[in-house]
Amino acid sequence: MPSEIGQIAWRHKSVIDIEGWTEEELYFLLDQARHMENVMDRPIKKVPVLRGKMCVNLFFENSTRTRVSFELAEKMLSADVVNWSVSGSSTAKGETMRDTAWTLEAMGADIVVMRHGAVGAPQYLASKLKRAIVLNAGDGTHAHPTQALLDMYTAWKHLGRLKGKKIALVGDVLHSRVARSDVIGFKTLGCDVVLSGPPTMMPREVNELGCGYERDARKAVEEADMVYLLRIQRERQQDGLFPSVDEYHRWWGADEELLKLAKPGALVMHPGPINRGVEIASEVADGPQSVILEQVRSGVAIRMALLYLCGGGAR
Amino acid sequence: MAELKEKTKLMNAQDLSRVIRRIANEIVERNKGTEDMILVGIHRRGVYIARRIQKMIEETEGVKVPCGELDITLYRDDLTTLFEQPMVHSTRIPQDISGKKIYLVDDVIYTGRTVRAALEALVDLGRPSCVQLAVIIDRGHRELPIHADFCGKNVPTSKSEVVEVRMQEVDGKDEVVICERNAE
Repeated sequence: MPSEIGQIAWRHKSVIDIEGWTEEELYFLLDQARHMENVMDRPIKKVPVLRGKMCVNLFFENSTRTRVSFELAEKMLSADVVNWSVSGSSTAKGETMRDTAWTLEAMGADIVVMRHGAVGAPQYLASKLKRAIVLNAGDGTHAHPTQALLDMYTAWKHLGRLKGKKIALVGDVLHSRVARSDVIGFKTLGCDVVLSGPPTMMPREVNELGCGYERDARKAVEEADMVYLLRIQRERQQDGLFPSVDEYHRWWGADEELLKLAKPGALVMHPGPINRGVEIASEVADGPQSVILEQVRSGVAIRMALLYLCGGGAR
Repeated sequence: MAELKEKTKLMNAQDLSRVIRRIANEIVERNKGTEDMILVGIHRRGVYIARRIQKMIEETEGVKVPCGELDITLYRDDLTTLFEQPMVHSTRIPQDISGKKIYLVDDVIYTGRTVRAALEALVDLGRPSCVQLAVIIDRGHRELPIHADFCGKNVPTSKSEVVEVRMQEVDGKDEVVICERNAE
């Protein structure tokens, strides 16, 4: 287990992105998540720390895992939870985001967890709220900070300090907010980040991200400590970004052959939900190196830590 | 932040060691042995004091009683008034506390609010048959109906003072001092 981490002054309230966070802040949060995970192991998985705080989970895009993960974290901290999803909401009736913000505040929301298909929506909402904070649960292709944080947390628990470790991110980087946030996070922790995937799924400015790019997945995972598979949306095939699912799997899917090229015992990670036989073979997803289900558990712990540090206390 | 200025030394390393030894003996005496006993130290210094009590009981009774640590941060009643959230630590108690006699250990008892939070945290972990409290220093000014069952020393203090129990494990030396808050 990692060495002792000391108290720092926490400066973040709303969390839209982890760009600009320091290594020290990231490790402090990961360490707090470790203690939050301690609460998850108890017979009564509940602590009273956010009693009286109202959390609104505002989801404009479908998501089950992220929403449920946030909801569990909120409930374990004793917050009051309201789920507000777009279907049947007033957005369909033409309410502007600004009016939504004011409505939330009039209802007494303290913490708004928001997912939206448009880049910048959580940032905009945060700018219109006077009192409540916003935690970004994914906005368009921009950022998914809590996913990146739970990925770093999972890796840190296994590998200790991550400086100098190599992570290969394989798949559709272009459309992935997870990839973008992970690149920022793992680089801040001093990791060597290498991307791989079809050139049609790489951002044009791939060289400006400050990480390597290997078209060949076998080269990308060479000596990697972590192999991170990104979800391939099957619809992308219709967009002509890759010829067929089989061909994608042959070139970039993670099977045992590919995994052998990484370091022995390298971690296999995936943000879920997984497409078996596309970006990951079942033998790898269910294999001994897979930490995919652990990532799910980490997600609750990291969200508890974030809710506590950003959303607790006086306003 | 007001600066702390050391005013009086209450105990040196030897005094502190004697006090812990006496508390350890009293606990065993009142418990009529070491049966069903669990020592639980409150983060942070209470944890180290509890471990020393455990060691002393082992020396005299030849039994290593279970010893755990309790973090009360998530149970504090003043969190909604703080602008900065205090750091959370883990709670680790080596066995189920239900039906056991819990000896809570802390360095100083002051308002009693830490102990209240500790009691709430304990209840979430199980139903002990009884809970007793051991502290090194009772400095008065209680705000809740809570008292220490085992106490090293009663020290009348003013509210502007701070009592610091320093432990080798965290502070590099064993001693107890009274400090004065410099309102500068």
